[in-house]
Amino acid sequence: MSDLAGIDAALTSARPQVVGALLRYFRDLDRAEEAFQEACLRALRHWPQNGPPRDPAAWLIFVGRNAGLDTARRERRHEPLPPDDVISDLEDAEGEIAERLDSGHYRDDVLRLLFICCHPDLPATQQIALALRIVSGLTVKEIARAFLVSESAMEQRITRAKSRVAKAELPFETSGAVERAERLAAVAAMIYLVFNEGYSASGGSAHIRASLCEEAIRLARLLLRLFPAEPEIMGLTALLLLQHARAPARLDGEGAIVLLEDQDRGLWDRELIAEGHALVEKALRHRRAGPYQIQAAIAGVHAHAARFEETDWAEIDQLYALLENLQPSPVVSLNRAVAVAKLRGPAAGLEMIEPLAQRLAGYFHFFGVRGALLMQLGRNEEARAAFDRAIALAHTPAEAAHIRLHLDRLIKDSKPA
Amino acid sequence: MHYAILCYHDERVVEGWTKEEDDAVIAHRQIVQKKLAAEGKLGPVVRLMPTTAATTLRAGRETIVLDGPFAETKEQLLGLYIVDCATLEEAIEVARALKGDETSGTFEIRPLRVFRPGGPLPSLPA
Repeated sequence: MSDLAGIDAALTSARPQVVGALLRYFRDLDRAEEAFQEACLRALRHWPQNGPPRDPAAWLIFVGRNAGLDTARRERRHEPLPPDDVISDLEDAEGEIAERLDSGHYRDDVLRLLFICCHPDLPATQQIALALRIVSGLTVKEIARAFLVSESAMEQRITRAKSRVAKAELPFETSGAVERAERLAAVAAMIYLVFNEGYSASGGSAHIRASLCEEAIRLARLLLRLFPAEPEIMGLTALLLLQHARAPARLDGEGAIVLLEDQDRGLWDRELIAEGHALVEKALRHRRAGPYQIQAAIAGVHAHAARFEETDWAEIDQLYALLENLQPSPVVSLNRAVAVAKLRGPAAGLEMIEPLAQRLAGYFHFFGVRGALLMQLGRNEEARAAFDRAIALAHTPAEAAHIRLHLDRLIKDSKPA
Repeated sequence: MHYAILCYHDERVVEGWTKEEDDAVIAHRQIVQKKLAAEGKLGPVVRLMPTTAATTLRAGRETIVLDGPFAETKEQLLGLYIVDCATLEEAIEVARALKGDETSGTFEIRPLRVFRPGGPLPSLPA
């Protein structure tokens, strides 16, 4: 790998820690980001000549902090920024910071940086965009492409999100245990949103979507490294790994959705699956089950089956029952009904989902599942009505195309041979 | 003489590599491995899962099992075992058995991502 690619990778991986520390220092997101940019520019000038420092993050924090201070001074005096050799003694950068990083701020810095993206006033799309911009360091252009909007629209969205965050009271004190747990839960939910944005394939090229999933996995691992003994963060990471492992088999050559039952399991990424399993196992030792762990365990049962016919539906039913208990939701019940239908037939599944009809009246998957169960029972007219409703509610062309396939089959079956 | 060659890198950086970048590094190393294997010089090759998948058993007055990797700098890597266990629990028990009644030292249990047993190398005299 070239020097520059190596430096780029080092800057990207140091970013959350460095921006988090600069944010604590300047208490202003824009200033922290600018200071980080400046530090990166200096790194690109110095590292190729002098070799990368032993601790790139410490170097960047030190240089970024000095650059930020110099900018503030220059703004007061309207003077140009002094050259590198005047601004700070770069040689000294490591010694001073090594001690600062030991001070235990690191964990709170990164958690705070992630947490400000989860402000409850921010709609999900803004949370995702903000996290990708300020934590992952994706460019506005890259984020705009992932969301299929223009660059200027995305720029606006991020600016709006930032000003909302700036008005909110940012928590800068080192957090207590309860606050930390609350922040952790909010951040986990935000990371899951980032993943789902990539996973649900609402358009955009498969490549761009996959990079959102990979970004979410990186964020989850970052969080797990900070909180290595939190079973729900293990569960979250495992869930993302296990779902992402199926990505190569989820879409066919034309970008159409391939259902779990039809996927070529040889395409699943066995290394990701093994890592997901390892994390689920670690989490279960804590005997503190939570929604992410259970969902990861369900994904693990699917991953374990060499063929769809070998899926342990009884285990999946039990896991969904546990999840229903912990986090009751009609969507969870719907998923459980699919497992029940596999175990005890379509009539039993249909019976389970009928009571959900009102609450899931606007949910694409409800009508997809209902249509499929009705079709299995030979109630084709009702199935067709359900599929029509599903198409009307589909978010993506791929979803609609998938339901149309069912409809075509129905039409074919109802025609005399 | 047999040597262990231990690979160190910042895993956050390696995780940031694209699949193509990762594949390129592995491809280069496989060329070297092939040559060594042909010369009968290659033993087991292992790629570890990230440290987030690690569990650590630490000896002391009481033995404790912790999530996460071995993180102390005052102890050094002195040896390693590759074992095939059905569960993490079983691997922890193996580490506990190896520890015996020692009251110091640490065993990090890290699942393998890649394992190739390689050709048999001659045993060293005990």
